[in-house]
Amino acid sequence: MPYTEKQVQELKERSRKIRGEIIEMLCLANSGHPGGSLSSADIVTALYFAKLRYNPQKPFWPDRDRFHMSKGHCCPAWYAALAEAGFFPKEELKDLRKLGALLQGHPDRTIPGVEAASGSLGQGLSVSLGIALAGKLDKKDYRVYCLIGDGESQEGNIWEAAMAAAHYKCDNLCAILDQNGLQIDGKVSDVMNIEPVADKWTAFGWHTIEIDGNNMEEILSALDKAETIKNKPTMIVAHTVKGKGVSFMENVCSFHGCAPTKEEAQKALKELGCD
Amino acid sequence: MAEQLNQRDIYGKTLAELGRSDSNIVVLDADLSGSTKTSVFAKEFPERFFDFGIAEQNMLAAASGLASCGKTVFASSFAMFATGRAWEQIRNGVAYNKFDVKIVATHAGITVGPDGASHQALEDIAILRVIPNMSIIVPCDGPQAREAVIAAAGNKGPFYVRIARCKVPTVENKGEFKFGKAQVLRRGKDAAIIACGIMVSQALTAADNLAAKGIEVSVINMHTIKPLDTAAVIDAAGSTKGIVVCEEHSIYGGLGSAVCEVVAENHPAKVLRVGVKNRFGQSGEPDELLKEYNLTSQDIEKAVSAIVV
Repeated sequence: MPYTEKQVQELKERSRKIRGEIIEMLCLANSGHPGGSLSSADIVTALYFAKLRYNPQKPFWPDRDRFHMSKGHCCPAWYAALAEAGFFPKEELKDLRKLGALLQGHPDRTIPGVEAASGSLGQGLSVSLGIALAGKLDKKDYRVYCLIGDGESQEGNIWEAAMAAAHYKCDNLCAILDQNGLQIDGKVSDVMNIEPVADKWTAFGWHTIEIDGNNMEEILSALDKAETIKNKPTMIVAHTVKGKGVSFMENVCSFHGCAPTKEEAQKALKELGCD
Repeated sequence: MAEQLNQRDIYGKTLAELGRSDSNIVVLDADLSGSTKTSVFAKEFPERFFDFGIAEQNMLAAASGLASCGKTVFASSFAMFATGRAWEQIRNGVAYNKFDVKIVATHAGITVGPDGASHQALEDIAILRVIPNMSIIVPCDGPQAREAVIAAAGNKGPFYVRIARCKVPTVENKGEFKFGKAQVLRRGKDAAIIACGIMVSQALTAADNLAAKGIEVSVINMHTIKPLDTAAVIDAAGSTKGIVVCEEHSIYGGLGSAVCEVVAENHPAKVLRVGVKNRFGQSGEPDELLKEYNLTSQDIEKAVSAIVV
């Protein structure tokens, strides 16, 4: 692994702070989705602060690597990372979901660093496929990363994209499944089972890697490995904990789409060491 | 007898022509390239053509991804599937982002013929007209299909171009095509016929027959449904006794509704709609279906007569 222990520690520290931002902005917004934002925070941190090539002053720099959050409801994690990376002032985080605010409840293209709107589940992998095809056509060496959810994997559109990305041999595309096991109505396995999901991706012609998606070393290693895979796209099945980092939110379904109260936020921030 | 041209053939040729001068154009299809004629482009520019198989949702969402990288994307299928199956990908992916995605759908309307109701899109204009940022052109004949495709390529943002399966008689002396500007094909003070697509030539036939009876009507080719040429509609309402709107589409939500909206708000006048009246289509030959669904020049004449009395 090309990362030093110090770099990994710094990334862990960053994801801790991003978790704090997630809690703060959701509490201020008084609505939104903490569970999946927290489960995906380590993946988003690894991408923005170890992997992606970008220039926050030139968000549409043609050679940038692309990240698309197909599970758009987890945008608090994305927004915190974009602000931390310098795409827009951190002040904007306070106005999340407010009338006239830059930061919409689900991502849209007016936000610097966002390639395309997302939030309607199942479509983002196709969008990423389109970006990957454009990259091949233009002979660009940028990479395309797409974060999808396990509940989202119930959408048929995901599997249309899965088939096509393998068909077109999009080795510049790496999808990451934030498999936190919960969706609004309960456990994914109870609502509509998607297992064996890793086997499905392999069967669709993807290179598949399974990791602990809240383990920074494993995330970095999988992202590195994905870059070496040729002639097929890579799926990183990231086993995560919904609400990760806040004890009373972990694996609690009701925190999928319910913002923390002031008291809960204080408690959470204290646990995260962000108070 | 007017020249009869296939709008699809002209679409394919125009696309290839555009592809030669603009290397930024990419074309997508969903297993119907032989029918939509995107195959003409595919043959000349295989590296810029992507077949998505029978997966319209993926095609339209991937169109957004390609457009986000600066491509001008043409995406084609039958009107039913391009607009119906992929509506939400068009709404949330293409239109919300204002991407340069040009949906050119063939096999629109009842004249799809023997394939029957499942393949006869009668709602496509309605479901795309409600989407912000979307422009809609329904060319009336072969040459206008070319103009529509060129306009879609040359103007920013999402477009829907609706073309037919069957051959369409060419409408002579239309004057210059300007996106968003109606073409007044003839003027009369008794009534105005506003039509789009294949119904324009029916409207002209009706106008000839009415003139023989001493009834003088205006005929307006409203090739651009959105943005609608409201001035032309208000003028038609103000200069005649009433308007007949003709379209190969449901009377709900299409050109008829668009005209009624403008008339009701600006210049109340009687409007009658010649279109498909709350029915699904069925198998049959195009001419038989036009009769069965009251979409002939005689039906237009009847509607005009009801206004003129």
